[in-house]
Amino acid sequence: MTINTLAKGGWDREQMACFRKMEKVIVAMQDPDMGMKMRNQRLLITVIPHAMTGVLGELLLWCLTEAVHLSGMLVRYGYIYPLKEPRSLVLRPDESPYRFQTPYFWTSTRWPASELDYAIYLAKKNIRKQGELMEYEKERYSLLHKRINHTWDFVVMQAREQLRASKQRRKADRIVLECQEQAYWLINRPPLTLCAFCLCLQIETCRRALGRNRVKSSICLEGFVKYSEQYQNHDPIMQGCLPSNPWISDDTAHWTMSSEIVPTPTRLRVERWSFSFMELLKDIMGMREFMLYLEKEFSAENLCFWQACEDIRHGESSRILEKVEDIYKNFLAPGAARWVNIDSKTMDKTLQGLRHPHRFVMDDAQMHIYFLMKKDSYPRYLKSDLYKNMLAKAIVPQETKKSVFPFMRRQRHSSPSPAQAVIQVTEEDGHAKGAGRAGTNSAAGSHV
Amino acid sequence: FSLCLYLISPLVPEMATQEVQLNETLSHLKTESDTLKTKLEEERAKLHDVELHQVAEKVDGLGQFVMKTRRTLKGHGNKVLCMDWCKDKRRIVSSSQDGKVIVWDAFTTNKEHAVTMPCTWVMACAYAPSGCAVACGGLDNKCSVYPLSLDKNENLAAKKKSVAMHTNYLSACSFTNSDMQILTSSGDGTCALWDVESGQLLQSFHGHAADVLCLDLAPSETGNTFVSGGCDKKANVWDMRSGQCIQSFETHESDINSVRYYPSGDAFASGSDDATCRLYDLRADREVAIYSKESIIFGVSSVDFSLSGRLLFGGYNDYTINVWDVLKGTRVSILFGHENRVSTLRVSPDGTAFCSGSWDHTLRV
Repeated sequence: MTINTLAKGGWDREQMACFRKMEKVIVAMQDPDMGMKMRNQRLLITVIPHAMTGVLGELLLWCLTEAVHLSGMLVRYGYIYPLKEPRSLVLRPDESPYRFQTPYFWTSTRWPASELDYAIYLAKKNIRKQGELMEYEKERYSLLHKRINHTWDFVVMQAREQLRASKQRRKADRIVLECQEQAYWLINRPPLTLCAFCLCLQIETCRRALGRNRVKSSICLEGFVKYSEQYQNHDPIMQGCLPSNPWISDDTAHWTMSSEIVPTPTRLRVERWSFSFMELLKDIMGMREFMLYLEKEFSAENLCFWQACEDIRHGESSRILEKVEDIYKNFLAPGAARWVNIDSKTMDKTLQGLRHPHRFVMDDAQMHIYFLMKKDSYPRYLKSDLYKNMLAKAIVPQETKKSVFPFMRRQRHSSPSPAQAVIQVTEEDGHAKGAGRAGTNSAAGSHV
Repeated sequence: FSLCLYLISPLVPEMATQEVQLNETLSHLKTESDTLKTKLEEERAKLHDVELHQVAEKVDGLGQFVMKTRRTLKGHGNKVLCMDWCKDKRRIVSSSQDGKVIVWDAFTTNKEHAVTMPCTWVMACAYAPSGCAVACGGLDNKCSVYPLSLDKNENLAAKKKSVAMHTNYLSACSFTNSDMQILTSSGDGTCALWDVESGQLLQSFHGHAADVLCLDLAPSETGNTFVSGGCDKKANVWDMRSGQCIQSFETHESDINSVRYYPSGDAFASGSDDATCRLYDLRADREVAIYSKESIIFGVSSVDFSLSGRLLFGGYNDYTINVWDVLKGTRVSILFGHENRVSTLRVSPDGTAFCSGSWDHTLRV
């Protein structure tokens, strides 16, 4: 920052500022439309070009207009405010009373006006006038109440304090201060922009919702009944679980038998694969079995494609590009090793999207393949020998007989932490485990 | 609609006219919003031909339920605010008002990890799907991810990763299907989706008019939606891809503290300060059941379904847990045990038990 206050030609900064202002006025006065009229003046027989007469009068008029404008601004921005109609911040050419605003309440002093202060002001007014706020003040008050609810106690407390303090002042001072404050907030109250924004969003949402396809209640509710019935046997809290609920018996056999990877899954588990396609895919063993089946049918690339797409959707942002390229190379490019059969419309759209790859670029293709498998391969899998054998092989655990000594509590064994399991894998594979499902190859069946 | 028109600040006063203009615009918007809402309710009512309990008449009633506390986890020094299960069905993470986040093996009741957060009131915590990390946050306005290390000497706080940043407290957080993304909700009225690795904001969700208190991810096969509940009494369903609110339900009479999807993903339940739990069907696009009783006057802090969706567990501020028959709408059981309000409740991933956390500093399974 320079301390050199001397500008051009030896005039200091302040003087330069004044010159500039004067120059602005001069320029405005010469404006072809609004400015002073210049003509050729005649003086006897000589013609004086570009001259103006009645300069003093013109100048005075000009300055007067500026002055009126300036005084209007002073009132509009609250430096002087009217006492009779405090909400009408205009300058009247009559005898109505005005007052100077205290510097404490000048806009520049306190800028920006905080919501908290405004809330305190409205709270004070509310208490004083016992609820008689103006409409717009009521709206803002309730909006603020919602927005800064967590500090509302503080707001009310402050308001009460300030009211109490003001009571101790002389009446005249108190009235003046109230007017000052009111004038300040008239001009500087925090904007209601958020309120408008929320309303707009709400309207958008409503419009969209109106266009929704709805299903009859009878059909939807029937769905709940069916679902509950189907899963009832699988709900341990309702029907118990075999061999026993670990929390009740302290025996973790149930968890061991239901681990992610087991040599023979339980019957309930295999049954669940038939409830929905999602159930099959959610279960690692189910997905593995399904893959085996698809390989027999020479359509395994569909499931591989779906898995790869899931990996993109849920994986690290940084690897999206490379994964998308891999998918293209392996599944979508003409002549690809594991080309997937997608309809031309979806294929075109996907290829277009590949120009600007992002997390969801494969969504349409993925959904197409998903529904293909669901409608075609999945039902056939359920009818296949592969599935039927699985079901037949599946074990139904024996219910644990109640302990002979019911008072003795079994030892509760701890299990390897999932965190530990992954570290082992990392050491073996030599590279970090990426995104995807909860794939902990837990040391199945091995207790500590 | 021209949003820009509405974003004018009255700091530029043309006082008389602009103020009138702004207020007129707002009231115009309000009437339009209200008209649309009424129309929406009419449309929703058209297809409502039967009540849930009527359809459920043919279903067998449920017998007496005996549910006991099987484990009590003591160790928190202050109110327990939130908990989450690990996918291994026995570990849980819990957070409390004193800033402590503890990972337990609930089966043995051993504490396995403990972290002290730099802030108090840790209102949200979540277990990562892989079981290798936990996320938590609260009054610090952030959501941080702590990788779980088994090295006893290692200070977990050292590896902490700050992922989400809000402008107000964090009320809930949840990992999506992987460790790589986190969904958060906050007192600043928004929800947000973050990339864990880079801390980048992937999507933000605006539409709540007040604090968002809870969220839950949909289990559906095209898995791209989630529901959130807030202090504006609304439950909103969002599309994670576009950030848009797809459906909105406003039938509660007070803040919604908890939302949870029905296992099939076709519906969700909500628990509110108005002492009721409600069930909303997403295909019918309406509220289909209310679970309440005259004698229950305290708010519900947390809800969750049993595995089959037949039972709805609700943790209440009167220290009890009520168990509801979802289909018939009746209360099946009432569980006592906590000595202060129940603040959080989750059913285990395999449905063998549920865990409740309370202001009495304990967790019960």
